[in-house]
Amino acid sequence: MSSVAGLQRIAPVPTSSDFIDIVLNATMRKTPTVIHKNFKISRIRNFYMRKVKFTQDTFDEKLGKIISEFPVLDNLHPFLSSLLNVLYDKNHYKLALGQINTARHLISQVSKDYNRLLKFGDSLYRCKQLKKAALGRMATIMRRQKDPLAYLEQVRQHISRLPAIDPNTRTLLICGYPNVGKSSFVNKITRADVDVQPYAFTTKSLFVGHMDYKYLRWQVIDTPGVLDHPLEEMNTIEMQSITALAHLRSAVLYFMDLSEQCGYTIEAQCKLFHSIKPLFTNKPTILVINKIDIVRLADLSPENRAFVDTILSDKSVIVVEASTYSEEGVMDVRNVACDALLAHRVEQKLKGNRIELVANKIHVAVPQKRDDLERKPFIPDTVKHKVKYDKEDPNRRRLQRDEEQEMELSGMGIYSADTKKDYILADDSWKYDKIPEFLNGKNIADFIDPDIAEKLDALEREEEALEAQGFYESDESEMLDSDEEEFRDAAAQIEKKKASIKKISQEKNHLQNRPIIPRKKKHVTLSEFTTGMRKSGHDPLVLEKRAARLMEKKKEAWEAAEARDAAAEAAVEGDMDVDMDEGVVEDSSRPSKGKPIRTKSGMAVSRAPRSNRQMAGLATIGQSDKANELRDFAQRLPNRLAKASESDRHVPITRPKWMLAGKRKGGKTDRR
Amino acid sequence: MRIEKCYFCSANVYPGHGTMFVRNDAKCFRFCSSKCHKNFKMKRNPRKVRWTKAFRRANGKEMVVDSTFEFEKRRNVPVRYDRELVATTLKAMERVAEIKAKREKAFWKNRMSGNAAKNARDAALNIEKHIELVQPRSGTTAAAVPNLEEKEKIREKIKVRAAGRKAMALQQLEGTNKSKTKKESRLIPSGGASMGMNVD
Repeated sequence: MSSVAGLQRIAPVPTSSDFIDIVLNATMRKTPTVIHKNFKISRIRNFYMRKVKFTQDTFDEKLGKIISEFPVLDNLHPFLSSLLNVLYDKNHYKLALGQINTARHLISQVSKDYNRLLKFGDSLYRCKQLKKAALGRMATIMRRQKDPLAYLEQVRQHISRLPAIDPNTRTLLICGYPNVGKSSFVNKITRADVDVQPYAFTTKSLFVGHMDYKYLRWQVIDTPGVLDHPLEEMNTIEMQSITALAHLRSAVLYFMDLSEQCGYTIEAQCKLFHSIKPLFTNKPTILVINKIDIVRLADLSPENRAFVDTILSDKSVIVVEASTYSEEGVMDVRNVACDALLAHRVEQKLKGNRIELVANKIHVAVPQKRDDLERKPFIPDTVKHKVKYDKEDPNRRRLQRDEEQEMELSGMGIYSADTKKDYILADDSWKYDKIPEFLNGKNIADFIDPDIAEKLDALEREEEALEAQGFYESDESEMLDSDEEEFRDAAAQIEKKKASIKKISQEKNHLQNRPIIPRKKKHVTLSEFTTGMRKSGHDPLVLEKRAARLMEKKKEAWEAAEARDAAAEAAVEGDMDVDMDEGVVEDSSRPSKGKPIRTKSGMAVSRAPRSNRQMAGLATIGQSDKANELRDFAQRLPNRLAKASESDRHVPITRPKWMLAGKRKGGKTDRR
Repeated sequence: MRIEKCYFCSANVYPGHGTMFVRNDAKCFRFCSSKCHKNFKMKRNPRKVRWTKAFRRANGKEMVVDSTFEFEKRRNVPVRYDRELVATTLKAMERVAEIKAKREKAFWKNRMSGNAAKNARDAALNIEKHIELVQPRSGTTAAAVPNLEEKEKIREKIKVRAAGRKAMALQQLEGTNKSKTKKESRLIPSGGASMGMNVD
């Protein structure tokens, strides 16, 4: 993006000595450096010719870039070209560029000459001297370009700092004597920040501010003050204003200070207007009377008024009063100026021949009335008579919110909105019906149909017809004789038996994947055993008798043990400190609680605990069942993960050495 | 809430059960079980998988053309709630289910009607092969518990009968094979005693 519209970005221009350094350095870096005198002479010649040619090429390229990058004044917009002329002096600028171009030519000439000579070099030494001379002469030529290069660098820097003025867009141009309030005005209406000081020529160059009006972008150009003297005597600062006035298609805002605080009389200001008036032709001109917080146009003395009237005699000039100090009328000035410019630009466009292209595209539709029928908008009565909801009105519509508030105030509880209240149903008592959804695995909603009764009726009639037709009649109603029955029964029996055999066989197969408890280890109840025996035709009576006898014995033993326990407990309760003698202890299968029991040799005797510790603290059987259940449940996950218990954190070796180390001939690292 | 149908096997999918797959074109596929879901993922066509309703319908195993099917439909027409209508609907649902069951039974019977001779032949063959499995009933003979000799006698009698039945069945089968070369689909309603529902 250029700093000034129409000007490209220019690369920095090095000083002459830097220039030489850059080029020679590039030559050294980018051409071969190794050469020997015993090389073939053609090779040596080529080596040096290449160096000379490369240096010339580099110079050519760099200088050409400078020449092409700097703008050609004649090709620019007239405003820019004359602005550059004013700032840098066209002749000087052209001369500098011309010198650079000449230097380029000279350098290429030198290279051509020395290449020609190098073709006849007969030794490495001579070739080298020729190359040295050629580069030396090129450097000398460049050294002579010191001044033009320095000048161009300065110009480049200045151009890069010029404000971005677009000569073709909508522009407000502000001019007038120094110190009449031009810059303050720009600061007021745009986002620009122009320096404002109470002395003449605070603004030394053009400044640009931007603003929005009617959704369009406007640029406002603040110019340095102009003094009333002939064009030849004007300095660079004033000339910038004049160039802008002369070449930009814009609205001109001529600022006047009637209070004469700027140091110039009203007469002088009016004279200036007249002397630069030729520059205002074909532009909307606005005379801005500034500083009206001090003096207004109406307050002027007759002789001063006469001066102003000379300006106003031209009807095209619009007068607006404003004060940038009190901000009175500032926006008016802006609006008037913008409107005038817009109107002017439209007028200009209408005069041009391009307007037809646009005008042909525009079509204004004028709708015709179809008939005299009146088509009024339809508004339902309910809407027409609806009263606007008003919070304060005592007869207002009752909202759910009102109910909620009432309920909260009364402290009855939490209000829940009734969504079913406003259902529109044939009967209001149906509103709160519970609507069934499913029946026998079917969606009731799928069957809901207003004509279901008729359809069902039709179905019933169809059914009757079918029945009458004998569609459902069974042909198996004939009586079976006993032989046939026997035959069928036999077939059914075989079928059943075969099925059961098949099932048993399949189950056998099924069991192969399960742990099978050997028959000897299996717990078999007496009744199972005896029924099995009976089935196979044996009499288990003897066995049953023996079992009963054994049972009787066991029962007796239990009862005896129980009685002993009760006696021992009573004894312990009577005197806790009484130790039982050893004989008693050894006799008894269940030693009493108390000191640990030791034999004479000091070894601990194993004994069954007096009571089951697992049951300690559990009041009922139900609790112990529950506890067992919980324990089993906790054990499920470890079991599934093949862990011994909850505390088993063992991780099998993930990278076993025998699998991963050593030669790998057969097998893989996951199985060998 | 509604009871959906499984996309694969057409079983009922009750609220809170099964899985749903939503394809990137927003089509929903509901599955009653992981089995159906897996079959779907294997890109199997439910019409070609024997255990699905779709197969049974496509292959004439079940009744598909009937006026009772006109009752259950997703109508997509909102109907305002009416207590009477719902009551009649509930009654109608039960009655329709009854009629449907009756017709399905008739359909099944019709479908199986061609197998009588074949069944008789198979039964006879079975008896010939496995006569030892037959335990003569106590009611069939005079004695309360028939002894071994009597049993053998009865078995022999049954065997003879079975041979006769077999011969008869084979004769019948041969006759049908001659008359009917191609198996006719009982799906298509034709005139006569098949599923001709066009009466009225």
